[in-house]
Amino acid sequence: MPPAFRNPATMRTIHAWLLLLPALAFIAAFTHYPAVNTFIHSFFLDGRGGAPAQFVGLEHYQYLLEDEVFRKALVNNLLFASGTIPLSIGLAMTMAFLVNAGLAGQSVLRLCYFVPTVLPMIAVANIWLFFYTPEYGLLEQIRGALGLAGVNWLGSESTALPCVIAVAVWKDAGFFMIFYLAALQQIPPSLGEAAMLEGASRLYYYRRVVIPLLMPTTLFVLVNATINAFRMVDHLFVLTQGGPNNASSLLLYYIYEVSFKYWDTGYGAALTMVLLGFLALASIGQFGFLDRKVHYR
Amino acid sequence: MSQTNIYDSRGLARVLDTAAAWTLAVLWALPLLYAVWTAFHPSEFSTRFTLAAPLTLDNFRAAWDAAPFARYLVNTVLLVTLVLSGQLVLCTLAAYAFAKYDFPGKGILFALVLMQLMIMPDVLVVENYRTMSAIGVLDSTLAIGLPYMASAFGIFLLRQTFKSIPKELDEAAAVEGASTLQILWKVYVPLGKPVYLAYALVSVSYHWNNFLWPLIVTNTTNSRPLTVGLQVFSSTEQGVDWSIITAATLMTSGPLLIGFLLFQRQFVQSFMRAGIK
Amino acid sequence: MTGFRKTCTLAAAALLSLTLLAGTALAEKVNLTFYFPVSVGGPITKIVEGMTEQFMKEHPDIQVTPVYAGIYRETLTKALTALRGGEPPHVAVLLSTDMYTLIDEDAVVAYDDILKPEEMGFTKAYFPGFMRNSQTGGKTWGIPFQRSTIVMYWNKEAFKAAGLDPEKGPANWNELVEMGKKLTVRDASGKVTQWGVAIPSTGYAYWMFQALAIQNGVELMNAEGTKTYFDAPKAVEALQFLVDLAYKHEVSPKGTIDWATTPRDFFERKSAIMWTTTGNLTNVRTNAPFPFGVGMLPASARPGSPTGGGNFYIFKKATPAERKAAVTFVQWMTSADRAAQWGIDTGYVAVRPDAWETPAMKDYVAKFPVAAVARDQLAHAVPELSTHDNQRVTKALDDAIQAAVTGSKKPADALKDAQKEAERILRRYGK
Repeated sequence: MPPAFRNPATMRTIHAWLLLLPALAFIAAFTHYPAVNTFIHSFFLDGRGGAPAQFVGLEHYQYLLEDEVFRKALVNNLLFASGTIPLSIGLAMTMAFLVNAGLAGQSVLRLCYFVPTVLPMIAVANIWLFFYTPEYGLLEQIRGALGLAGVNWLGSESTALPCVIAVAVWKDAGFFMIFYLAALQQIPPSLGEAAMLEGASRLYYYRRVVIPLLMPTTLFVLVNATINAFRMVDHLFVLTQGGPNNASSLLLYYIYEVSFKYWDTGYGAALTMVLLGFLALASIGQFGFLDRKVHYR
Repeated sequence: MSQTNIYDSRGLARVLDTAAAWTLAVLWALPLLYAVWTAFHPSEFSTRFTLAAPLTLDNFRAAWDAAPFARYLVNTVLLVTLVLSGQLVLCTLAAYAFAKYDFPGKGILFALVLMQLMIMPDVLVVENYRTMSAIGVLDSTLAIGLPYMASAFGIFLLRQTFKSIPKELDEAAAVEGASTLQILWKVYVPLGKPVYLAYALVSVSYHWNNFLWPLIVTNTTNSRPLTVGLQVFSSTEQGVDWSIITAATLMTSGPLLIGFLLFQRQFVQSFMRAGIK
Repeated sequence: MTGFRKTCTLAAAALLSLTLLAGTALAEKVNLTFYFPVSVGGPITKIVEGMTEQFMKEHPDIQVTPVYAGIYRETLTKALTALRGGEPPHVAVLLSTDMYTLIDEDAVVAYDDILKPEEMGFTKAYFPGFMRNSQTGGKTWGIPFQRSTIVMYWNKEAFKAAGLDPEKGPANWNELVEMGKKLTVRDASGKVTQWGVAIPSTGYAYWMFQALAIQNGVELMNAEGTKTYFDAPKAVEALQFLVDLAYKHEVSPKGTIDWATTPRDFFERKSAIMWTTTGNLTNVRTNAPFPFGVGMLPASARPGSPTGGGNFYIFKKATPAERKAAVTFVQWMTSADRAAQWGIDTGYVAVRPDAWETPAMKDYVAKFPVAAVARDQLAHAVPELSTHDNQRVTKALDDAIQAAVTGSKKPADALKDAQKEAERILRRYGK
C-alpha cells in the first residue's frame, strides 16, 4: 500500500468522493453540462436540414431586445411570480393554521387542500377550462345567478393571466401547507401557555411567536414557490396556449415554442440563459436576505 | 395527532374559522368534485347540474377505447419506480458523505449540488434533449428519468437527517467491524425512514404529474406517460369533450388518489417526524 | 496469374450473387413505421390499426407499425424530433401546410423521386383543390389523406325562433350580419343568452381569418411559400369585418373565441352559427341536441374556404425498398374505397372524386346529405396558409388576429406588425 493510502485522512477523502461520485456525475451531466452548453449554443444559429450550426455572436441577445413576445413573456412571468408566490404561501399558512386548529373534520379538510397535488395539472387544466368558459362555464353560471354581466375570462388580455395565476395558486397552496403543518406540530403548546400568561392577544401570538418560528419553513417554501413560478407552464398548453396575443405566455412556455415548434434552438438557448439568470438572482436574493432573519442549520 | 392549543379559537371566532376552512376546502376540491360529476353522467350534463341526471359508465368505456391508457399507466409506474429507486440510492450515498465526512472541497461540492435546487432539469429541456439524442435513448422511460436521478432536494433533506444522528451510533457499529456501507445500511437508513417516506411521496407525486419534459422526450406510446397521453388525447381538433376527459383524468389519477386516501395519516405524520422545515 | 485472376472474378461473382440473394431475401419483408395524428374524437386509433392490419393481410411482404403520435402539431414535432434523433418514421400523416418545413429540414422525399414519371399518374385521382398544397417546384411531396375545409353549422331551431328560414344559412357577409342580429338573443337585463355567430380565434385563428381573406378576394401568401400579404388592404378589411362582428354589430362575443369550446358552445345553444372544420361533422351529428344545417361559408367578393388537414409524407431516410413499400401503403390507404370509408368514419372529406361514387359513400350521402357540402365547396377552395418556417409565420398571424379581436390593436396595425415579422422570418428564403 503506498503511504498516502495509509493516511486515514486521505482514506476518508477517497471514501467521501466515492460516495459522492454517482450523484455528482448525474448532476454534472444533467444540470451543469447542459447549463454551460446552453450558454455556448446561445451564440449559434441552427443549421437547417442537417447543415452545421453557424456562429452568430450576440445576435440572439440583440434580438431579445426587440422581440416583443419575449418582453411580454418576461413581464408576464414576473407578474405571475409576484402573484403566485405570496398568494400560495399565504394560503398555505392559513390552511395549516386552520387544519391545526382542532376544527371538526380536520382530516377531510386536509385531504381537500391536498387534492390538487395529486391531480396532474395537464388534466385539471381541462376542468379549469370549463370553469372559465364564457356563457355556461361554472364561474359564469355563478355570476349569471348573481345577475352580473358576462366575462370572457381566458379570451381577454386583461383577465387571462390572473386566471392562469389562480390555477397555479390552487395547485401549489395545498402542497406547501403540508410543510407548514409539519412545522406547526413541532411548536410546543407550552409556548402558547407562556404567551397567554403574559397576556398576549391571539393576533400578537401568531404574528410575533408562531410566524417567526415558521421562518425556516417559509424560506424552504419560498425557494420552491420561486422555482415553480418559472417552471409551471403545463396548464398553458390547455388553457390559453399563451394567448390571447401572448397575454398569458410565460418564459418557459415561450422557450418550448421557440425550441420545439420553430426549431430555433439557438434563440431558445439565449432565452434559457435569461431564465437561468432570473433563477440565480432569485436564489442569491433569497439566501442573502433571509439568511439574516433565519437561523438555519 | 393535533395538540390542543391554548390559542385555538373559541366562540364566534371558532365559527368563523370553521366557515373559512370549509369554504377553502370546497373551493380546493371543486375540480375533483366536478370531475366525478361529469365522468359519471352523460355528456349533456357536463355543464348543468340537476339531481335527475342519470348515471353512466359510458364515458370511462369511451375514454378507455380512445387511447391506450393501460400502456400509459404501465409507463408511468415504470417511470416513477425507476426515478425513485435511482434517487434513493444516489441521494443516500451523497447525503452520507456530506453529513459525516470532512474533506477538502466539501463546501464547493455542496454548493454545486445545491445549484440544482434552482436550475432544475425542467428549465434545461433543450440541452438535455440534445444529450438524450446523442446517447440514443430518446423515446424511452430511461430518458424521462435520467435527469432526475440525482436530486439536490433529496441530498439536502437526507443530509439534514443524517447530521442529527449521533456519531456514537456509527462508532459503536465501527467497533463491531462494520464497513461504511454496512453502517449506512444498518444504522442510518432505518433511522431516516420517515424522511425517506416523505421524500418518496413528494417524488412520486411530482413524477406522476410531470409533463413538459416527458412531452418533449417521448415520441410514441412505448414510453409516453399518463400526463402526455392525457394531453394528446384531450386536445383534438374537434374541441373539448369534458365527459371523456374527466373520465380519463379519474382513471389515471385514481391510483395516486386512492394511495393518498389510504396513507394520508402516515404521510402527514412522516412529514412531521421528518422535521422537514 | 490469369488463373488467379479467374478465381478472383469467380469469387467476386459468387459474392455478388450471394449479396443479391440476401438482398432479395431481406426485401421479402419490409418494415414500415407509420406516424399518424388523431384529430377527432372516437376510436380512431382502432380504425387506423384495423386498416393497417387489412393492408398487411393483402401485402404479406410489408409490415406496418402504426404509431399514434398525438395531434397534428405534435406529430410534426415528434417526427422532426425523431428525425434529429436519427430514427424518423418511414411514412407519416402530417399537415399539408408543413410541406415547406419538411422540405427545408430535408426530412421528406418527393413521390417523383421514388416513382417513374409514368407511375405518377395516380396523383390525378385526387381533388385538385387538395393537390395544390401537396405540390411545389413541380414535384409532389404529399398525398391527401384526412383533409378538410371550413364549413358553417347552424342551429335550425334557433333560426325558426328568430323567424328565419331554417333551411338557408347566410349566403354572404351582409346576410351573416343581418341574420346574426336576429339570432343574437338578450334577456331582460340586456345580457346575451345566445350569440348569432362564433368564429373561433384560438387554435386555428389564422385558418378562420384566411377564409375571410379569401372571401374578400385576397390570398395571404405566394405559391412558393416565401412571401406573405398579411397587410394587403383587402386582408385588413377582412380582419376589420371579424372585429366588427363583435364590436360594431355585436353578434359575436368580444375577446377571443376558444377553438376547443366552439362546438360545445353550439351544442349549448350559446351560438346559433359556428364556423369550424368539416372534421367536426360526426361530432356535431352525435352531440347536437337539435336539428342543424351545414353550408358553405358566406361570400363577400367570392365564396371560398382554405383547405386543411393532413397528407401522407414519405421520409427521406427510408431505403429504396422501404420507399417503394411506403408508396404502396399510401396508395392503398387513399384508394377510393378506403377514402370513402375513412370519410364516413371520421367526417373528413373523402379525398378523391371516385370515392364519392362508391356504393358506401352514395348510401351515406343519401342518408346524410350535408356530408357533401365540403366536397361541393372544394370548387372554391384555396390552399391553406403555408410558408417556409410555417409554425412561426402562422404564430405571427395568430397573434395579430388575437390582438385585433381583443381590441388591443387596430386591424391595420396588427396585420402590419405580423407582416413585418413574417418578412423577417422569411428573409432567408426570399428570392
